[in-house]
Amino acid sequence: MSDRGIRARHSYREATARRRLAGLLDEGSFRELLGPEHRVTSPHLAALDLPAAFDDGVVVGAGLLLGEPVLAASQEGSFMGGGVGEVHGAKLVGLLERAARERPRGVLLLLDTGGVRLQEANAGLVAVSEVMRAVLAARAARVPVVALVGGGFGCFGGMGIAARLCDAVAMSEEGRLGITGPDVLETTKGVEELDASDRALVWRTYGGKHRYLLGEADRLLEDDLEAFRTAAAELLRVSARPLDLEELEREHRQLGRRLAEFGGAADASEVWRAAGVERPEALPLLEAPEFLRAVAGARRGGR
Amino acid sequence: MTAAELLLSLFPAGHSVREEGSLLLGSGASPEGEVAVLGTAQGLEVGAEEALALAAFVLDVVRRHPARPLLALLDSRGQRMSLRDEILGLNGYLAHLATALELARQRGHRLLSLVYGEASSGSALALGFMGDEVHAVEGARLWVMNLPAMARVTKIPLERLAEVSRTSPVLAPGLDNYVRLGAVESVWQPPLAAALLQALRREAGPDRRSERGEERGGRLLARRVAEAVRGGRGGGG
Amino acid sequence: MERLSFDLACPGAPAPRAPPVVVGVVASGNLEVLVEPGAAPGTCRVEVATSARGFREIWSAVLDDFAGRHALSGLAVSVNDAGATPAVVSLRLDQAVEEYLGGAR
Repeated sequence: MSDRGIRARHSYREATARRRLAGLLDEGSFRELLGPEHRVTSPHLAALDLPAAFDDGVVVGAGLLLGEPVLAASQEGSFMGGGVGEVHGAKLVGLLERAARERPRGVLLLLDTGGVRLQEANAGLVAVSEVMRAVLAARAARVPVVALVGGGFGCFGGMGIAARLCDAVAMSEEGRLGITGPDVLETTKGVEELDASDRALVWRTYGGKHRYLLGEADRLLEDDLEAFRTAAAELLRVSARPLDLEELEREHRQLGRRLAEFGGAADASEVWRAAGVERPEALPLLEAPEFLRAVAGARRGGR
Repeated sequence: MTAAELLLSLFPAGHSVREEGSLLLGSGASPEGEVAVLGTAQGLEVGAEEALALAAFVLDVVRRHPARPLLALLDSRGQRMSLRDEILGLNGYLAHLATALELARQRGHRLLSLVYGEASSGSALALGFMGDEVHAVEGARLWVMNLPAMARVTKIPLERLAEVSRTSPVLAPGLDNYVRLGAVESVWQPPLAAALLQALRREAGPDRRSERGEERGGRLLARRVAEAVRGGRGGGG
Repeated sequence: MERLSFDLACPGAPAPRAPPVVVGVVASGNLEVLVEPGAAPGTCRVEVATSARGFREIWSAVLDDFAGRHALSGLAVSVNDAGATPAVVSLRLDQAVEEYLGGAR
């Protein structure tokens, strides 16, 4: 008999970056690298007279996941919108380089970010590029890298690209993933293009359910720390994407099919309908388990 | 400088690069052999179709031309910003392009990037900045956001941003800033064919941009912070 | 930003040595508090960086109350504040010390 109904749920979205790591990794196993006591803060925020965070908004370190060694990074979205600046980016790069050297079971990236930290602009852009190169280098070294997306700030901008460089992406229904986020899209192209205050539209477009159905996300989870922990462990076991020509050509065909099938859609619900979902309008209302059943036949991609 | 002028300057011995739909695809002749060329023109905003076409080219080079160098030429305002592209998962298409380039790198293809027009955001990340080395020509415009827009979005007064930008390369648009940050390795002077040849003859190495940023005083922390987290040689933890 | 420093008189037993602890986040209306060993016996050194200027008196009062609630002798407390209310400040300070002492057991 399952005790699922009895176990308390702990929201992944509501948790701080540190709390997420504590909930994800084996109890007491996390050892932070370059922690807040080192006070490696952003000189660029100081130059603008903006508040600093002792860890520059990202916690990195080593721990155990179901007894196996992993490296993990967790972004604090509520600090500067999770934006990547010089120091923040360098911590991620160092972690991924460490992974390529030490070959742990895998790397977990708990992403909660708007992308480049605008207050560090150019340094943020090159930092995200360095993170991208480092993710790919870790994959080339055959260390699985898994992205977890479920925080309140989503995963946007260049980090939306970085997430999809990983071996796998797990998202909760609360999570959002894209490159040009809703606010930027509205500001740049106008409210006619996308009304960022239309939450239903935003989640249809960028949310975990749509990304899962599309094949952009490999798992769709409930907003629960334990669910992320289970998914992370499972994805490290099963999901390495080989960085070889055959795999890339396979993914290329998949992306081509996606364009052919859905390239004319004006709304994600049209994608769902075209994919064969019987009642697309009901999808946003379904809890994760029912949603997964409802889209089982329609889902594209698949790992 | 137009794409056509650039290509003539890079490949005086001839090239077969065509511009279609603001995408550049083809190859050029150099003393080191044929060089595969891909890129963008006219400030193209790269959408899902374009990202896929560029990736297709890279995968074709990997399949049919082992060890052929790849030169990416960039004049792009970034990713295409549209609801339709976000619905389709444009971040995934851009990631696919970046991964294809990484595959080429892992298979021994030399990757060079040359920014000749604009470079920003998604296409800089997925294409322009993926080279073993990233270079630019005079007049290249690299940016994240212009200062007035940055002031509006961050609510930091424009005067403050401008003042900080007098000494810091971090905020304002500008090729010099990107060189100082280590994001751009060098600015190529004519004759471009000679600069290309020198670059082709250099061996690919690891990502040295944070080292450059430190050497040039633009980013004093990135390299050492990464080293401290990486551990091992001289690191912490 | 305003930077404030306080040396709190802490006549009680010295706090144990324990690994550094940080709680809270630097988000609007919130703050982070870092607690670690590092002050002379009999004092607790507090360094505050705050985006809300002109509240030295209030910080002083909050910190005096804080020192009265815990045995802080020998501890260094560092704060990055983004405009939290005194109630939230007190809460985080207590959370940080409690977690720090929890790590000492």
